[in-house]
Amino acid sequence: MEFHSQVLPNGLTVIAETNPHVHSVGVGFFVKTGSRDETLGVSGVSHFLEHMAFKGFGNMTADDVNQQFDDVGASYNASTSEEVTQFYAAILPEYLPKTFELLSGIIFPSLKDEDFHTEKQVILEEIGMYDDLPGFTVYEQAMAAHFRGHPLGQSILGTPESITALTAAQMRDYHADQYRAGNIILAVAGNTSWEEILKLVDQYCAKWPAGGGERSVFPATPAPTRHFQLLSNIQQEHVMIMIPAPEAHSPDRYAADILAMIIGDDSNSRMFWDIIDPGHADSADFGYAEYDGSGAFLSYLAGSPEETAANLERIETILKQISTDGITDEELDQAKHKVSSRVVLSSERPMGRLASLGGNWLYREEYRAVKTDLETIQSITKNDLDALVKKWPLQLTTVYGLGPLEGV
Amino acid sequence: MNTSDSIESHTLENGLTVLIQHMPAVQSAAYCLLIPAGSIYDRPGKNGTASITCDMLTRGAGDRDSRQLAIAQDSLGLQSGESVQAKHIKFSGATLKDNLPASLEILADIARRPHFSESQYAPAVSSVKHSLLSIEDEPRQKVMIELKRRCEGLPWGKPTDGSLEDLPNISLDDVKQHFESCFRPEETILGIAGNVDSTKTIETITKLFGDWKPGSEPEVEESPAGPDRDHIALESTQTQIGLAYPSISIIDPEYYTAWAAVSILSGGSSSRLFTEVREKRGLCYAVYATLGSLRDSGHVLCYAGTTVDRAQETLDVMLQVINDLSQNITDEELNRCKAGAKSALIMQQESSSGRASRIARDWFLRDRVVTLDEIHDRLEEITPQKISDYLNSHPADQLTLLTIGPTPLEIK
Repeated sequence: MEFHSQVLPNGLTVIAETNPHVHSVGVGFFVKTGSRDETLGVSGVSHFLEHMAFKGFGNMTADDVNQQFDDVGASYNASTSEEVTQFYAAILPEYLPKTFELLSGIIFPSLKDEDFHTEKQVILEEIGMYDDLPGFTVYEQAMAAHFRGHPLGQSILGTPESITALTAAQMRDYHADQYRAGNIILAVAGNTSWEEILKLVDQYCAKWPAGGGERSVFPATPAPTRHFQLLSNIQQEHVMIMIPAPEAHSPDRYAADILAMIIGDDSNSRMFWDIIDPGHADSADFGYAEYDGSGAFLSYLAGSPEETAANLERIETILKQISTDGITDEELDQAKHKVSSRVVLSSERPMGRLASLGGNWLYREEYRAVKTDLETIQSITKNDLDALVKKWPLQLTTVYGLGPLEGV
Repeated sequence: MNTSDSIESHTLENGLTVLIQHMPAVQSAAYCLLIPAGSIYDRPGKNGTASITCDMLTRGAGDRDSRQLAIAQDSLGLQSGESVQAKHIKFSGATLKDNLPASLEILADIARRPHFSESQYAPAVSSVKHSLLSIEDEPRQKVMIELKRRCEGLPWGKPTDGSLEDLPNISLDDVKQHFESCFRPEETILGIAGNVDSTKTIETITKLFGDWKPGSEPEVEESPAGPDRDHIALESTQTQIGLAYPSISIIDPEYYTAWAAVSILSGGSSSRLFTEVREKRGLCYAVYATLGSLRDSGHVLCYAGTTVDRAQETLDVMLQVINDLSQNITDEELNRCKAGAKSALIMQQESSSGRASRIARDWFLRDRVVTLDEIHDRLEEITPQKISDYLNSHPADQLTLLTIGPTPLEIK
């Protein structure tokens, strides 16, 4: 594997990890914009815009875009989070030029009024779909509660009201602000050459508008909240717990990942043995999420309402024990094995590498080879985890419930 | 780039089939073990026996209790899982290549020497019950499970996760009996893919599974399909639409033609269903159709989720698209299906776990592994006319419709 990088005069960053031993190539445009960059009047515009990208550009209609992606057998998609909108595809190497033309084209879409109105209906349906998925709704509600007053608390999908009120002109303005070369990273991983990438970049991206959006980054200061919202037509109580954690630039993030795995991985973790294995709940996990300037531990608990209170106590007990007694050598070793194995297995496919490549550059302008990641994981000690817990106390900050319970 | 298939098959004396695909470009190795102990073997009124059995397997096996098993797996960096399918309980795992032999040792313990201890039974039942309750909170998942039950009948339509109402009827003895009668080497398939030495791997497998005693196939419960129109009332934002019609089996000579037809219907974003229902009319976010073909039958299963007041229109458009499918099939549409299939097949070569699972499933459905060249040749034989002829002789009739939501829909 070989790493290459370059910044174009207009500010576009291009990074690539080429590998002749795989069959495919993954290519992705990472645009540094998401729900946190929206003003309240346009809530949901980043995600809606991601949909509109596929509705045509230049002379191409939506049908043309869909057909041409399918012509080359691309496995492609897009996603929007609080901080990033990404457009990506995996293809066979001979189709990279065509796929590149399409991906680079769709992020500067036509944004026609007629398409805007049709797609608005799809967005409203998507909101409706998630409305029937309590596991998702509780995540959105908990994020809003935890990051109240901070841009990270803003909804990705928006509300039926904000989407209905949104105009195509507002979307065009947002696009002109955010989709500028300095705000975009192009990442490529897999079976291709740096020369070919540079040729494509020169052909399709050199004329993009220069500059980049300014994101206001400041740490969130979540205040403790506890809220149980009644939803009587579902079977399970869904609870989301959030605790402040290191932000994306912090060197503590690897320790945070390992700690989260020891507490609540889906197998062989403290929460697994105390809650899942005895059959006390359907789901009980604990993970770490990094953001620009903030971070959070997120724990999701779903199970029968009668057991929710006892399960929350079990979680608190686990967190207290870790805070006072720390973790065992054996736990740390197993977690390192697990993380290392996941890193290696996911790196075998170009799409797995693409996510890591893009993510690392987006937040830290840093290239990390698989080997570097493995060395960092191996170097983590119990002291690192003890220090982490001292700095980021494991106290339930936000507890948000959705389901048959009115309170716990 | 070498995409030729190098798959070896071996049958142990007791009937167990071992398939090995050598993948020199990866650092990993993966297994997929299919044991014929799936939900079709659940006894009448005891749907969920396979599910509980599956959950019990990792709660102590061989010389290790559940915690020791998990620790041993983690120490090997083994990512593994067990799941219930209609015909099989499926065990899958992936790890770095050097750890495969030790991973297979643990697998042999779990598959052959589970403890089934009394103390672990209640937690296992509770765990299965929780996952069934979670399906109740996911109507889009529930509609397809219940649709299969209605369009396929028993045994193949029996829910793989179990039924809430049957759980109280199942005992630890039922679980033990399920294990005794179903876990046997004949019809069991072990697929291995990755950077492995096949001679040594076969030696390891023979040592671990060679002394497994054959048994005989247990009976399955049969019952006819139906009802073909049904509605489950639920106060929800969206109506879930499940629609099915019969198709052909995977060994039918026209299988690839049937596959291409469904691919034109719902293969990619340019497919007809996505274009007409979502792109042109904005009726829903999720709409799809898949071909579910088994050894001796098959169904096309269609799904859409849409808000209540647009649900009838969504169903109407879906039916219109399905009924018009045989008309005006173009070379371009067909070529897009072929391009998608070709890419997917080649990219599968990058994933040891993807290949292990694929070769084992191929063997179950066809008694052999289909090579990439063969699929390529069969796809090349298909023409728009052949698809059109196929659809005219296999129209979408005998429809099964199931909806979940505030109000039922009708087929006009």
